[in-house]
Amino acid sequence: MATDTIISAKDLSLTFQTNDGPVHALKDVNLDVHKGDFVSFIGPSGCGKTTFLRCMADLEHPTAGSISVNGMSAEEARRQRAYGYVFQAAGLYPWRTIGGNIRLPLEIMGYNKSDQDERVNRVLDLVDLAGFEKKFPWQLSGGMQQRASIARALAFDADILLMDEPFGALDEIVRDHLNEQLLHLWDRTNKTICFVTHSIPEAVYLSTKIVVMSPRPGRITDVIDSPLPRERPLDIRDTPEFLEIAHRVRDGLRAGHGDEV
Amino acid sequence: MRNLLPIVTVVAAIFVLWYAAAVALNAPWANDKAQRAGIDLSFNELVADTWSQDKPKLPAPHQVGAELWNTTGAMIAKGRAFSKRSLIYHSWVTFSSTALGFVLGTALGIALAVGIVYNRTMDMSVMPWVIASQTIPILAIAPMIIVVLNAIGISGLLPKAMISMYLSFFPVVVGMVKGLRSPSAMQLDQMRTWNASSAQTFWALRLPSSMPYLFTSLKIAMAASLVGAIVGELPTGAVAGLGARLLAGSYYGQTIQIWSALIMAATLAALLVAAIGVIQRITLKRMGMAG
Repeated sequence: MATDTIISAKDLSLTFQTNDGPVHALKDVNLDVHKGDFVSFIGPSGCGKTTFLRCMADLEHPTAGSISVNGMSAEEARRQRAYGYVFQAAGLYPWRTIGGNIRLPLEIMGYNKSDQDERVNRVLDLVDLAGFEKKFPWQLSGGMQQRASIARALAFDADILLMDEPFGALDEIVRDHLNEQLLHLWDRTNKTICFVTHSIPEAVYLSTKIVVMSPRPGRITDVIDSPLPRERPLDIRDTPEFLEIAHRVRDGLRAGHGDEV
Repeated sequence: MRNLLPIVTVVAAIFVLWYAAAVALNAPWANDKAQRAGIDLSFNELVADTWSQDKPKLPAPHQVGAELWNTTGAMIAKGRAFSKRSLIYHSWVTFSSTALGFVLGTALGIALAVGIVYNRTMDMSVMPWVIASQTIPILAIAPMIIVVLNAIGISGLLPKAMISMYLSFFPVVVGMVKGLRSPSAMQLDQMRTWNASSAQTFWALRLPSSMPYLFTSLKIAMAASLVGAIVGELPTGAVAGLGARLLAGSYYGQTIQIWSALIMAATLAALLVAAIGVIQRITLKRMGMAG
């Protein structure tokens, strides 16, 4: 294992027992994520991309194989608060202000008051929400709420950011804008990001590594290392390189689907 | 104004029905009296008599109104608001055991709900008992509670409050169990990703999430608590309180007194529930959970 391997899955399998028999959410998944990577997981629903992310976060427990995060078990990593997790919905508490919401994990983790203030200000700045600290969630648009939830995941010292379709519920324009901001953020914070999506352009635009997955059983069908530079303006999406990667992702998705399409 | 018209219409309809029923129910007695005196009553005289009897089967609204005034407003005017003949005094007595029972019932209800949500054994075992407790007629168990508590030297306010508690903890348990379980799987997962302790999850997430459920339960609990306090005064020979007034009224056939006590109890219940409604609105608004 290379020293800069952050997340490592070996023959990872997860089978849910349901009334209709076992469901193989993940089967023999192998993947290494390196420090500073931006990895996207893409695939049709039921391919296990979210389940895989939840295994990294110790929210699901694999039935076979192993997964290590920061060189320890997923559970230990969770206990050490090694990652920030951004869910599909912002999930801000309506009874707390934006600042209060970002402060919540800091309070839970026992940061002192002045450190909390300083961190809240810093991450609000990072996601372009400076000045919104005292506002309540209902006073913000959906995109701003999602940015606040990203700020909340960035507020404490975790080198890993796990994101589960964070922009799935937002419209195209807001999404483009947030994708751009997310790349800036990744560049400035040097975090390792795992990002679940079902949008091909989003995956190609953001990632240094694209993991294509397919369902029944959930497995990895292709891992594409992106040759695109770290610096990515939005119009990079019209370049031949971009289109070529997008094409390869689409082929991978189609192959995974087999005869079902 | 748009809201006022329907309300006035309904109230007017109730009064019309009430006056008509008073005539119908009190007419036999009026006719009896007239027959024994050997006079014939005209329709007008009959109506006038049925609306002004001393011990009518159904007192007319203005009779109840007059009795209410005599035992409240008039007593205040005389500076004897807390004399034993004043409904304000009796309402106060009933209110104090209602309030104490409500506080005890709410505390017990929340404690049981927390136990049920956090402890698997309690989750499996307590709820059936809680439900069973409410199937026992309160009228049957109230004298037992008074007698048993008296035997161990507890008397006065507390036994009545215990009966109120017995009725009021139930809606709080049911509402709070639902409320404490209302956070979504995602919100609970979120807490897990921060490695939050059970206590932190409770204070920061479960308890605030349960507030809308709590207030709905508290309104029901308050009404139940008042019923408990009145029932507690009925079979126990209490000398003060709205329940005692009801009982005394029925001993002596004082229907007007019974009805005025009933209306006083209804007014008290409406005020108490409305007070919780106000606290609910303020709290939920400040928590950004209104509506």
